[in-house]
Amino acid sequence: MTRRDIGSSSNPTAGRPPRFIVVIAAAAAIFVVLPLFGLLWRAPWSDLWSLLGRDVVWDALRLSLITSVSATAASILMGVPLAWVLARTSFPGRSLLRALVLLPMILPPVVGGAALLFALGRRGLVGEWLYDTFGILLPFSTAGAIVAATFVAMPFLVISVEAALRSVDRRYEEAAVTLGASRWTVFRRVTLPMIAPSMAAGAALCWARALGEFGATITFAGNLQGRTQTMPLAVFLALENDRGAAIALSLVLVAISLAVLVALRDRWFATP
Amino acid sequence: MFAVVIASAALAGCGDDDNGRATSGEGLSGTLTVFAAASLTDAFGALSDMFEEQHPGVNIEINFAGSSSLAGSILEGAPADVFASADEANMRKVVDAAESPVKPKLFARNLLEIAVPKGNPAEVTGLGNFADPYLLIGLCSEGVPCGNLARQALDKAGVSPALDTNEPDVRALLTKIEAGELDAGIVYRTDVAAAGGAVGGVSIPREHNVVATYWIVGLTSANDAELATAFIDFVVSNAGLEILNKLGFLGP
Repeated sequence: MTRRDIGSSSNPTAGRPPRFIVVIAAAAAIFVVLPLFGLLWRAPWSDLWSLLGRDVVWDALRLSLITSVSATAASILMGVPLAWVLARTSFPGRSLLRALVLLPMILPPVVGGAALLFALGRRGLVGEWLYDTFGILLPFSTAGAIVAATFVAMPFLVISVEAALRSVDRRYEEAAVTLGASRWTVFRRVTLPMIAPSMAAGAALCWARALGEFGATITFAGNLQGRTQTMPLAVFLALENDRGAAIALSLVLVAISLAVLVALRDRWFATP
Repeated sequence: MFAVVIASAALAGCGDDDNGRATSGEGLSGTLTVFAAASLTDAFGALSDMFEEQHPGVNIEINFAGSSSLAGSILEGAPADVFASADEANMRKVVDAAESPVKPKLFARNLLEIAVPKGNPAEVTGLGNFADPYLLIGLCSEGVPCGNLARQALDKAGVSPALDTNEPDVRALLTKIEAGELDAGIVYRTDVAAAGGAVGGVSIPREHNVVATYWIVGLTSANDAELATAFIDFVVSNAGLEILNKLGFLGP
């Protein structure tokens, strides 16, 4: 008998988990899936097509795609350098900076939205200067909705990329340097390809968070169809006076999210 | 599954005396969950404080939100004992789902007013300014009482607003005006009064103004119908009205 056989799946009892774990796992799975069935149960199936044909649905879908994709792009542009600085440099206050950068992940989004309003609003800390000098007005604009989504979603990218940068083998970069590559070339040709899978996974999480963003958007950017009313805002407001439309919108969001999960399953979320 | 409304008046075996103390109120205890319109935030805070003072065993928990959102929650079975709506339409939604026909009680009225940031930087003078695309204009969302009433007022004035945001409730709208991020919005007269000096008010002339009506009803999902009835009797009593008047509400 080879060493390999010990504890392998050829032993029929080794892979069988304790019964109570299976019971709890089943309960957990039901807990997660049940609300989805609630949505399907209440869905106005017969009116679904006409509900989905409404302007409010298409405006919200279009805005959601614009804001979530833009927020992901902005997060990559700003977040990768930030992750690099956090992972590769050492300076006083780095851990504090790191904590502050990740804060929006756990901050209630409404608080984030209010903070954005006081910082970037027309009477805000920096916003007043932006408005008076350049005429830039972020609240109540699509740009504002993108800013809100970026604020809450970027930490998901930063945390993934930073972890990847810490775990890659530095010897490849050192070898490139000894071969005469500039630091920018090393970053572009050696580091970036090595962290690409983590960056993609981080970008997917970041995009998903931006797509679901509600609290910071409604607090900072307001709610206007075609300008700042993304899918989650449209769902929230439709729940008050048009439940059928709210559920139809929710089903669209569920479908998009599921499609993305399935599409990314093999590439980024490895399953055995 | 649907919340059912009880005949609060019929079940009240006893009226309220002029001091607003429910005569059956001695010995009331327990927790009462009240769902109240966002524009009642200060009023119901004060009313519940006074009621709790009169009945030391009673604890009142109030969930403030837009009336339409509250009505939706109640219809979905949220555990509310009392519902106070800022309009008749949302009250009707709840009452119509009830098994026993019952009339909710009208307990206050309110008027609309234009709210502007402190000092009125955009020099808003009336509803006419709401059509100005260069101003940042906010209203409550459609479906929310303050949003429906504001649109009625704008209709009466013949103004189609150049809107920048539809806020989910009147307090959210007021917050953005107070922060100076919006130039003007339409809220209740009582909201401008409650904000103290933090926002300014521009009155809406009588011919364009719309009266908001506030209704209250007890729900059969109430754990303690007697307690719910006692609280409602207190709200519609003279003592209750006095508090409401002090905050700028009109009598029923």
